[in-house]
Amino acid sequence: MILSDKYKLLRKNFRNFAETEFTTEIQEQLDREGGFNWDLHYKMAKYGFMGIKLPVEYGGQGGDTLAYVLMVEEFARVCPVLSIYANTPNSLGSGPLLTCGTPEQKKKYIPPLASGEKKIVFALTEPGAGSDAGGTLTRAVKDGEYYVLSGRKCFISGAPLADYAVIYAKTNPALKGNKGISMFIVDMKLPGVSLGKPELKMGINGYPTSDIILENVRVHESDLLGPLDKGFSTALKTLDGGRLGVAAQSLGIAQCCLEESIRYAKERKQFGRPIAKFQAISFMIADMATEIEAAREMIYSTALAKDAGEKDAPMKCSMCKLFASEMANRVAYKAVQIHGGYGYMRDYKVERMYRDARITTIYEGTSQVQQMVIAGNLLK
Amino acid sequence: MRIYVCVKQVPDTSGKVAVNENGTLNRASMETIVNPDDLSAMEQALEIKDQTGCRVTAVTMGPPPAEGMLRELIAMGADDGVLISGREFGGSDTYATSQIIAAAIRHLGLEEEDIIFCGRQAIDGDTAQVGPQIAEKLDISQVTYAGKVEMDGKLVRVMRLMEDGYMTVEAQTPCLITCVKELNRPRYMTVRGILECYDKPVTVLDYEALKDEPLIDPGTIGLAGSPTNIFKSFTPPQKGAGVMLEGAGREAVRGLVERLAARHVI
Ligand SMILES: Cc1cc2nc3c(=O)[nH]c(=O)nc-3n(C[C@H](O)[C@H](O)[C@H](O)COP(=O)(O)OP(=O)(O)OC[C@H]3O[C@@H](n4cnc5c(N)ncnc54)[C@H](O)[C@@H]3O)c2cc1C
Ligand SMILES: Cc1cc2nc3c(=O)[nH]c(=O)nc-3n(C[C@H](O)[C@H](O)[C@H](O)COP(=O)(O)OP(=O)(O)OC[C@H]3O[C@@H](n4cnc5c(N)ncnc54)[C@H](O)[C@@H]3O)c2cc1C
Repeated sequence: MILSDKYKLLRKNFRNFAETEFTTEIQEQLDREGGFNWDLHYKMAKYGFMGIKLPVEYGGQGGDTLAYVLMVEEFARVCPVLSIYANTPNSLGSGPLLTCGTPEQKKKYIPPLASGEKKIVFALTEPGAGSDAGGTLTRAVKDGEYYVLSGRKCFISGAPLADYAVIYAKTNPALKGNKGISMFIVDMKLPGVSLGKPELKMGINGYPTSDIILENVRVHESDLLGPLDKGFSTALKTLDGGRLGVAAQSLGIAQCCLEESIRYAKERKQFGRPIAKFQAISFMIADMATEIEAAREMIYSTALAKDAGEKDAPMKCSMCKLFASEMANRVAYKAVQIHGGYGYMRDYKVERMYRDARITTIYEGTSQVQQMVIAGNLLK
Repeated sequence: MRIYVCVKQVPDTSGKVAVNENGTLNRASMETIVNPDDLSAMEQALEIKDQTGCRVTAVTMGPPPAEGMLRELIAMGADDGVLISGREFGGSDTYATSQIIAAAIRHLGLEEEDIIFCGRQAIDGDTAQVGPQIAEKLDISQVTYAGKVEMDGKLVRVMRLMEDGYMTVEAQTPCLITCVKELNRPRYMTVRGILECYDKPVTVLDYEALKDEPLIDPGTIGLAGSPTNIFKSFTPPQKGAGVMLEGAGREAVRGLVERLAARHVI
């Protein structure tokens, strides 16, 4: 897609920021030690990246979905885990608030997210309810002006850093499946909230993931988010934004793998010439680049479709996530192959990219779930 | 208070430098960037703006596409941009360039407390002449090589970075200060800055707009107004292959010293 000057300038700025600030030392340290880099979090916030897609009236930057995917792509191209830092507040964190929040809730919770002062996480998954969110066992029972929440959420990105969590809990067990579930904004400092230990992950180290445990947590009814018992179906409306974000993250990862592969294939000599001169290698690179370009076109145009409110935009978001994440894994696989034995060593960036790429087909709905969404749309 | 920052769009010489067959620089094929020293000058101006709320204006002389660079500076935080552009200005040397920029600043108005920031030097022309010449033509004080700038009312205190130390100089506004890269780390553009920069004012000053300024005269601007003329430009010859100096230690060292001295390296 031909980008206008405005989007070109945005991309240039994101690229310049990522290439300058996401140093190799920081990336390697995060991968080795996990944890979280607060300095970078605040630096990203300072330039408005945390609230790029959020409305100006809530302290955001007033950008659109295309601006957002360009940011995630450029950040992930340098460091996939750092792309998540700025991704979360723009998608899963604030999405439910923007679509379902009351004016008071928006005024209270969104500005500190946009400015990076506070962090919110999205807590849907449970040990027994992953793809099948209808299996949610976390309960919320009304008690006067409060709801009392009990249950356990798992794999929650950013939970150890969070000030707030959007928690899904069953409010009406008589209703089956995805019905009877409501959303709550839970202050992580409330009595009864505790965390599991940070998970040891294959990749995206540097953004901690853990369980959130709720034991008789009293949440005021003013923190019920969206209509009672309809939390899940309303939330689904916000998930497509996050899916597009994961698609853009996949795109950035693949782009990095391609660039590393081109550089390496021109340098590395075997049988007296650069390996790029072997058709087997150069054709792999041609395939990688073609798939990446296809994903890019699809993601950018879906961003426009989403902002234009086109009816099939949510399905297209699922298509973007499905295609781009699977594509990133194919590309990362080839990148390691082109690097040969060196590609298996931590000294080479493709090794980390290969591990980071793996998550993209799993979180925010597995590839199979995306296929279910797409097929469901086409076959209804 | 208003701060003018003179910025030049230059080819990015950090990548491959493309040269035409006749030996001149192939500007069209190269990416353009904001001259690095000028970005530091802009950052300094924006830091003063952060403290005082003053107005910051980016000024450039160049062809129409230089407007894109002005938008970038507005996205960083400048309030407006001025593009000095016209066929009559083409081919200017440093004398004529500074003549035109000085005329433009006079035209826009230079008040008591105003400051003009320039870069120390542009990475393409590399003369470091334009800043001081603008100051001369406007008859204001100048401080070059600023490595630190502090405001103290109408007094500006500048640490000048010299080759072997530094010198602190105080100057009264209005004055012109040229900045070095070591002064600061320029900020990035903000997202909102980029989204809004296309709606901010950019003034274009052409020959018509400036022709009544006393500094502007067909004889003082453009190619005709340039005391110097580039007669020839060429690519420096490639260094040949290395030479191994044979012989015992002392002898070889003497040979090395002689060669270096012959080339005026030492
Ligand atoms: C690093 C990380 C971060 C995460 N962050 C968050 C977060 O912030 N918030 C949050 O709520 N969750 C988060 N998750 C959870 C994530 O969304 C789930 O892991 C994901 O939805 C899959 O659920 P599951 O792991 O229970 O797998 P399951 O649902 O058990 O799936 C196992 C396999 O079965 C397949 N499958 C399941 N049902 C079907 C079906 N009907 N048809 C065909 N195939 C099917 C799946 O595709 C998958 O291949 C995170 C997970 C990870 C690993
Ligand atoms: C077509 C063409 C013909 C030329 N012909 C001649 C010639 O015949 N003789 C000759 O000597 N030179 C010639 N030049 C070069 C020209 O003199 C210089 O590019 C120009 O005067 C600026 O000098 P500099 O690049 O060395 O800037 P410097 O003096 O190194 O720049 C110092 C600072 O001055 C400011 N500045 C400089 N230029 C501008 C600008 N355009 N707009 C805003 N601020 C600026 C910036 O803040 C910069 O950091 C020609 C250039 C062109 C493009």
